[in-house]
Amino acid sequence: MIPRIYVPGDSGALALGAEKVAIAIEKELADRGIEAKIVRNGSRGAYFLEPMVEVATEKGRVAYGPVQPSEVKSLFDSGFLTGGHHNRWLGAPDKIPFLARQTRLTFARCGVINPLSLDHYKAHGGLKGLQNAVAMAPAEIVKQVTESGLRGRGGAGFPTGIKWKTVLDTTADKKYIVCNADEGDSATFADRMIMEGDPFVLIEGMAIGGIATGATKGFVYIRSEYPHAVAMMQKAVEAARKAGLLGLNVLGSPNAFDMEIRVGAGAYVCGEETSLLNSLEGKRGVVRAKPPLPAIQGLFGKPTVINNVISLASVPVIMDKGAAFYKDFGMGRSRGTIPIQIAGNVRYGGLFEAAFGMTLGEIVDDIGGGTATGRPVKAVQVGGPLGAYFPRSLFDTPFDYEAFAAKDGLIGHAGITVFDDSADMLKQARFAMEFCAIESCGKCTPCRIGSTRGVETIDKIARGIEPERQIELVTDLCNTMKFGSLCALGGFTPYPVMSAINHFRDDFKPAPVAEAAE
Amino acid sequence: MIMQPASTEIASRTAAIVQELKGLEGPLLPILHGIQEEFGHVPQDALPVIAEALNISKAEVHGVVTFYHDYRSHPAGRHVLKLCQAEACQSMGSDVVAAKLKQLLGIGFHETARDGSVTLEPVYCLGLCACAPSAMLDGEVIGRLDDEKLDEIVAEVRS
Repeated sequence: MIPRIYVPGDSGALALGAEKVAIAIEKELADRGIEAKIVRNGSRGAYFLEPMVEVATEKGRVAYGPVQPSEVKSLFDSGFLTGGHHNRWLGAPDKIPFLARQTRLTFARCGVINPLSLDHYKAHGGLKGLQNAVAMAPAEIVKQVTESGLRGRGGAGFPTGIKWKTVLDTTADKKYIVCNADEGDSATFADRMIMEGDPFVLIEGMAIGGIATGATKGFVYIRSEYPHAVAMMQKAVEAARKAGLLGLNVLGSPNAFDMEIRVGAGAYVCGEETSLLNSLEGKRGVVRAKPPLPAIQGLFGKPTVINNVISLASVPVIMDKGAAFYKDFGMGRSRGTIPIQIAGNVRYGGLFEAAFGMTLGEIVDDIGGGTATGRPVKAVQVGGPLGAYFPRSLFDTPFDYEAFAAKDGLIGHAGITVFDDSADMLKQARFAMEFCAIESCGKCTPCRIGSTRGVETIDKIARGIEPERQIELVTDLCNTMKFGSLCALGGFTPYPVMSAINHFRDDFKPAPVAEAAE
Repeated sequence: MIMQPASTEIASRTAAIVQELKGLEGPLLPILHGIQEEFGHVPQDALPVIAEALNISKAEVHGVVTFYHDYRSHPAGRHVLKLCQAEACQSMGSDVVAAKLKQLLGIGFHETARDGSVTLEPVYCLGLCACAPSAMLDGEVIGRLDDEKLDEIVAEVRS
């Protein structure tokens, strides 16, 4: 058997030097005259161990990480092709605590398989969901997705099955499935990881969505900041077409479904579903008023399912193992698993897929291991730039849509940014307003103008000009933005701003005036 | 000095791109991406050609071009360096990194070095949030930026 070596081609791993490691391994193989196959897998998501190299041995896979190019020679000297010991030795990857503690349903294959090999995909349980779906009536598929309790993983948490049912029940000559892969929230990279590490699961999920709703055309709208994900999805779609997964007869059934990859152009607001539809149509990414719902009048005025990458990528496992299996995970009205992305100033950063219900404290302290700098955790922002900042006193909040809403926060796309005690929360509140000003589409006045006024007012607080009055003004402004904006950009910018003010009031007090030097 | 193609040449090269892509559903963004790839920016002379082929007004095309951060009205430097300035990178000191880089390159955000070597841009998230602070140099991703990596970047854009 020719040895197989896995070196991730995932952007996160590449950013940490995976390409140089792969080149060093190739060179070492050539120098030593060893024949081996290098597989560029995705990442398993333990970024503190990337670049993580794995070797397939007789006793299963053995991982080494983080590997620097300069260490490759010594890896060979230690006999790593047969799992030999080395100070980067990690053992079986699924026994690494960070990975062993996860419940991997959506990300079961990510980092394990060759992302572009349909054979690998099928060998690891892929396509079973679609095979089941082609044998079912559309209404049955929709029923199964509804019963699974799957809610939109993009942030809004709307039940996916209900969205699908609306599209199924609306008659039209053409319907669309649009995948929102405009993952612009800081601290989130789950969509990117799945597109780079297991693109077929997204294609499978979209094809199931097509069959379930009568949509024959799909679009994946990927942000331009993700060139590697774009390239991977394009290759995967071509491979899927060749294999009959897409086309006039999906898996030989009478169902037609095909898809296209589209690239965004750097507008954060296009992650909002109606802006995204306008952008796909070739217009400015301006938000649309709802109603009409996209499910009734969406892309080009046709009924459209618009779902986040993770929502769609979670459908195959539901169709494979059943609604009850998926629903069994989670708590309250938050069912199934959620890929939590632990990021920022954190010791063990990465993607952690788990059933809903873990507390924020467990995630940050226990799984994440506290800050990277070793200083105390001051705040964590949950849900990206529109999410609230949580202080330690709220670390008992369970990861659940409703529990976070009850604490004036949101789960969003489940990204968590950890900040140590050097963070200045006034600066973070100011940035939230500034970001809103940069990215506002301009449609709603509270968002377009309020964000700029917000920056100015927070600047006044920083300069100590009537701080109490300014805080009152910002509070009022946030209220106007929250209720006077059509979409989450203007509507949710108040979350980071107000949470910073409410939980970290000391940072908004005027700095003691330094005495003038004699 | 960067030579600018003549307007007739821009029109003919634009027409070829438009012809290739106009059959797509919602072709404007793919066309604009194609044009930016061809010219390094979206030249003014390309707009009427697109407008006519898609049967929309030049104002509409202009509106779309100016809405999106990605489309440039002028060519960028030989290298484009995007430095993440979003929250996860902020938590790891991206503002300090930005200040250092601006000093090393002698330019601010949205500026191009006088020798045309590099354009520096802020970007709000590259999805490398578990290896912050991060950057992208000509499409290549770089994580956990430190002084050593900054020096490497500067050496590369100057070479």
